[in-house]
Amino acid sequence: MATTIKVNGINRTVDVDSDTALLWVLRDVLGMTGTKFGCGMALCGACTVHVDGAPTRSCITPVDSIGGSAIRTIEAIGATPAGAKIQKAWLDREVPQCGYCQSGQIMSASALLASNPRPTDSDIDDAMSGNICRCGTYVRIREAIKQAAQSGGQGG
Amino acid sequence: MFPDQIASRTPDRSPSANGLSRRGFLQAGAAAGGGLMLSLSLPFASGEAQAAEGFAPNAFIRIAGDGQIVLTMPYVEMGQGTYTSIPMLIAEELEVDLKQVRLEHAPPNEELYANPLLGVQATGNSNAVRAAWQPLRQAGAVARTMLVSAAAKRWNVDPASCRARSGEVRHAPTGRSMGYGELAADAARMPVPENVALKRPEDFRLIGTPAKRLDTPAKVNGTAVYGIDVRPSGVKIATLAQSPVFGGRVKSVNDAAAKAVNGVRQIVRLDDAVAVVADHMGAAKKGLAALQIEWDDGPHARLTTDDIARELEQATLKPGAVAQNIGDVGPALTGAATKVEATYQVPFLAHATMEPMNCTVHVRPDGCEVWVGSQAVARVQAAAAKTAGLPLDKVVVHNHLIGGGFGRRLESDGAARAVEIAKQVEGPVKVVWTREEDIQHDMYRPYWFDRLSAGLDKDGKPVAWNHRFAGSSVIARWLPPGYNNGLDPDTTEGAINLVYAFPNLHVEYLRVEPPGIPTAFWRSVGPSHNVFVTESFMDELAAAAKQDPVAYRRALLDKTPRAKAVLELAAEKAGWGRPLPPRSGRGVSLQHVFATYMAHVAEVEVSKEGAVRVRRVVCAVDCGTVVNPDTVEAQIQSAVIFGITAALHGEITLKNGRVEQTNFDTYQMLRIDEAPAIEVHIVRNVEAPGGMGEAGTSAIVPAVTNAIFAATGKRLRKLPVDPAALKQPA
Repeated sequence: MATTIKVNGINRTVDVDSDTALLWVLRDVLGMTGTKFGCGMALCGACTVHVDGAPTRSCITPVDSIGGSAIRTIEAIGATPAGAKIQKAWLDREVPQCGYCQSGQIMSASALLASNPRPTDSDIDDAMSGNICRCGTYVRIREAIKQAAQSGGQGG
Repeated sequence: MFPDQIASRTPDRSPSANGLSRRGFLQAGAAAGGGLMLSLSLPFASGEAQAAEGFAPNAFIRIAGDGQIVLTMPYVEMGQGTYTSIPMLIAEELEVDLKQVRLEHAPPNEELYANPLLGVQATGNSNAVRAAWQPLRQAGAVARTMLVSAAAKRWNVDPASCRARSGEVRHAPTGRSMGYGELAADAARMPVPENVALKRPEDFRLIGTPAKRLDTPAKVNGTAVYGIDVRPSGVKIATLAQSPVFGGRVKSVNDAAAKAVNGVRQIVRLDDAVAVVADHMGAAKKGLAALQIEWDDGPHARLTTDDIARELEQATLKPGAVAQNIGDVGPALTGAATKVEATYQVPFLAHATMEPMNCTVHVRPDGCEVWVGSQAVARVQAAAAKTAGLPLDKVVVHNHLIGGGFGRRLESDGAARAVEIAKQVEGPVKVVWTREEDIQHDMYRPYWFDRLSAGLDKDGKPVAWNHRFAGSSVIARWLPPGYNNGLDPDTTEGAINLVYAFPNLHVEYLRVEPPGIPTAFWRSVGPSHNVFVTESFMDELAAAAKQDPVAYRRALLDKTPRAKAVLELAAEKAGWGRPLPPRSGRGVSLQHVFATYMAHVAEVEVSKEGAVRVRRVVCAVDCGTVVNPDTVEAQIQSAVIFGITAALHGEITLKNGRVEQTNFDTYQMLRIDEAPAIEVHIVRNVEAPGGMGEAGTSAIVPAVTNAIFAATGKRLRKLPVDPAALKQPA
């Protein structure tokens, strides 16, 4: 069944079952592999994308549930003010280790910063505890979010 | 430190420490396409073949005409920062900026790329920097000397009047300079210097200074390519169900419903697994769910973890192989004023790398191509060749970034499985394990059972230490030559050569392989078990002696000053001894493993319900010469989280032969809201570098359980922590 979704500002038509998870459409059909598979049950956050700006686990999001909503992935998050700040802070603080979970971490952190320009520790806990990092980069994730928040301007 | 001991049995072919012995170690010549090529043979790399066949290089440095320096090395990046610290070694002596050095993955070739400490082509045991430390700096110095000679010859000046700096040679008296790229072809014709002086540590520009990691930019914008991201033209996606009981077989398959799923292309039936091949993972998963598979569970159908634990416990009642003996423990125990006895046990653990197991394979009649992220790419090649029935040279393996290794990707079971499936598929197929499959068909950190006794004199000082333990030897399977006389150096690391001065010590190991569950290396391996046991038991001795745990340890460290220094530093920085609220406590641990000294102080609080929260961790580390301090800090932060995850949550159990845990709901990871503040204090010196990737994992676990003891008075001798045992009595 042909479905049209809007990914990073571009309309893409894919022919998959309507209940296919967005993650597989992105990775296997559209070849956008920056979004990662980690658990398939919304337990780890590696597959996080934005749907109309809201952090969303693409591994449990059926493609037909998206309708005309705008999907944004790691490949285009740098085009948003919050995303750019988060990416810069991630580089400055040398956050990634193996790096596999970091697309999802950055998507969750960008969504947090966009909606809350001055997050507290507890805000960070709430927004980021759905994202597992097996390399344990949590100390630096927290520092990087705080740095991005302090880097001026409206959160984005 | 197992590979050091294995390596030490081969004849010494290492370069002399104070100069460069170029024969058998380094050759220089023209690079294909112009420029200078240095070929290195790292010590111990190719075993006996080296002596028989002469020069056998296993690392290459190419300086091209455009000045780009390309380093081909067998080590793989899995988050530990080795893609940055290894180029730093070359860049330091070659006098170039770090950004001028590019590192390439080595193709699989065990003859060429064997890790000098492991003896096989693998990245593990925290030893990339340890192995490369001397030879790579020497190679950089040789190349620099040859480039300077080439410039001096061209200018007709004394080489001693030239200086190399930032990728060029300068002649200050005449103000001339020339880039390495321009000089590379001439340099290739210069004689290789017999002796070069290495920089003194005080002259290091790069080593010891925080460096930006070269792999970070691609990891923040989605462009980094892991094994799971490859997309050869026409690739199909497969996922699989393997026998839920290890050793079981497929009895029957009804695949009618699976075949009817839109996008499913093929069902592949193997002896002990069934795979669904599809256009995308969504269809493959849906197809898998629609399969009706009947299994023959085989001989382990009723196996439980308790059966295995009982067998190990029984095993420790009989003598084992003696791993270390000092003095005479028997009489010392008999004559001791106080005797302390305890048993400990640690569970099976899964690796749970964030990137689930996957491997992409294209089998053709005349060859096989493999795309994967592997810590041991030559093993993948060998496994693929064997499974495909092809000679080694017909198998091409492309290695990729690793989304978490921790030992899991030292194994080639996933590659062999993918080749089995690919043999039945037209065109390339990417085999991706679901998270459930990844956790239930891991190869696990072994279960170990330990029995200890110690004797204290009237002052509480230990006069006898007796330790016997039983469990799997991963080395015996993975590197059989490393297992000798019932012992291997990995399984015993952290149980022997303790930092403490014990007049009488006796340590025995019994190899007992559990039935029906495969075991493998897991971040920090032997020490992940031994340091928990020995450092918990040390705490028990301090408690029995009614002494402070830090002071008690400190009194036994006169002969190990580096250990004493990290213990004192960690205690001081942690504010050891300062009062804490009720049901909060501090715990300490001290270790010397992977050639690194480390002390941790953990601060925990335990709720009335028994929930443990680690609030703060202070680590003091002496890993000798620090190459990239930012990476040392990052690795300790990482290892601490990894260790706390295991201490609080980690346990794989078997019931009816099946692993009971399935995904991150039942096999839990520490999350950011549970992560403690972590402080890392580095002791700087010029000793040889120690390993950093793993040491922090073993050290944190007893620090946490000792802190729980301080907070609650409850001694935990079995992992993971059981909150029910820590409930506050009404």
